[in-house]
Amino acid sequence: MDLWNWPFAWQILPGLLHGLLITFEATVLGSALAYVLGLVFALVRRARVPVLSQAVWLFVEFIRSTPLLVQLYFLYFVFPALFGITLGSLTTGVIGLGVHYATYTSEVYRAGIDAVPRGQWEAATALNLPRGRTWTSVILPQAIPRVLPALGNYMISMLKETPLLLSIGVLDLVGQAQAAGAAAYRYVEPFTLAGLFFLVLSYPASVLVRRLERRVRQH
Amino acid sequence: MSGNIDLTAAPRAEKMIQFDGVVKRFGEATVLRGLDFHVKPGEHVTLIGPSGSGKTTILRLLMTLERVDQGTIQVGGDYLSHMNRGGKLVPADEKHLRQVRNRIGMVFQQFNLFPNMNVLRNITEAPIRVLGLARDEAEQRARDLLAMVGLADKADAHPSQLSGGQQQRVAIARALAMRPEVLLLDEVTSALDPELVAGVLNVLREVAANTDITLLCVTHEMGFARDVSDRVLMFDKGQIVEDAPPEKLFTDPAEQRTREFLRAVIDRD
Repeated sequence: MDLWNWPFAWQILPGLLHGLLITFEATVLGSALAYVLGLVFALVRRARVPVLSQAVWLFVEFIRSTPLLVQLYFLYFVFPALFGITLGSLTTGVIGLGVHYATYTSEVYRAGIDAVPRGQWEAATALNLPRGRTWTSVILPQAIPRVLPALGNYMISMLKETPLLLSIGVLDLVGQAQAAGAAAYRYVEPFTLAGLFFLVLSYPASVLVRRLERRVRQH
Repeated sequence: MSGNIDLTAAPRAEKMIQFDGVVKRFGEATVLRGLDFHVKPGEHVTLIGPSGSGKTTILRLLMTLERVDQGTIQVGGDYLSHMNRGGKLVPADEKHLRQVRNRIGMVFQQFNLFPNMNVLRNITEAPIRVLGLARDEAEQRARDLLAMVGLADKADAHPSQLSGGQQQRVAIARALAMRPEVLLLDEVTSALDPELVAGVLNVLREVAANTDITLLCVTHEMGFARDVSDRVLMFDKGQIVEDAPPEKLFTDPAEQRTREFLRAVIDRD
């Protein structure tokens, strides 16, 4: 038996590509959720609203100190039993990834916001800019570009963690590879291709992040 | 530089700024200990004194960047730190602060331009968002002011492309675009290279001469203080040591502490 069988590789390619699409989808949607929710967490914590800010702090600490896999199981198996909410496995996966990574991105945003000099807040106050306008026109446009590389890195990490979604039945790239391998008792082609596909996604992404880093450092 | 730009403000009150028994502490340190003073509308007052004497704190209290611990501050007859609720003075809320703050502008030592906006938008942002000016009106106002500070050609530049002196002139234009009744100048030339100081001071001389804005300025530029001030207040340890017109204070100070300070400043220069 050959180590590498081209016809077999061709045969499983469509399934793998479909899995790749799922992986891509989960990463993009999960990241979008993480970016938005992380910013909300960061802003709420900073606003020091009594009870709410502490509640968010507690939630963030809790999510950060428990494994993603446990959270996925919880969302997928416990939530329906507790609240009667049943979501599809990909939706559950996106929410799980998004919320988990939001706790990391909220720290990234916090660091970016803290790095904006105090004088910027003071100038905004001196001009009497409303609070919300100060955030949207002055603070965030300075804070976010600085943290784009860090945010990008979390997207790459998330991409590499999407195979965890297999545990709640999402047929992502790895899921497809495993299925293809199990059906034919050949694992070399599926997993080699799966690995290559991950590389094709994550390598350009990390080149992009490095370029961003260089640009941010120049400013 | 063009001359007659209308920077009108001020329905006249007897006292534009009034401090009554103002106490400010930072942790253990008491920076102002029961300060009383007032400034008349249109008056140009310079605060001098050794660092740590509370001069900058006075400007920061007026700009509501700090809160008083005791006492009251009034601007144009309105309480700044407090508001009147049913005959009782209570600490001011954000809405009240926003109202009074509109009468005051400030220029900072470190310029504090918004680096994410070009020069024009730095100047138009607040007039549009706070005063509700139409964009073209705000831009016209900004261009007039840029012409006044000698930077008509820099409207599209970004702050990072400007020298410190140019940035500070933009910051002055930005503050004036809000047409404040009171302009606070906090060591506005201290962060500048020596050769850039004159340009900024000339702009401020022009503002002092051609507007009826009340100026309150903290500076180490004694020549400038002498030129533009109606009164100079000498501070030490959170209190006013001497309050006199510049020609008196700089040539024949009444207080020993003022003499010592002036000698030290002049020796340094």
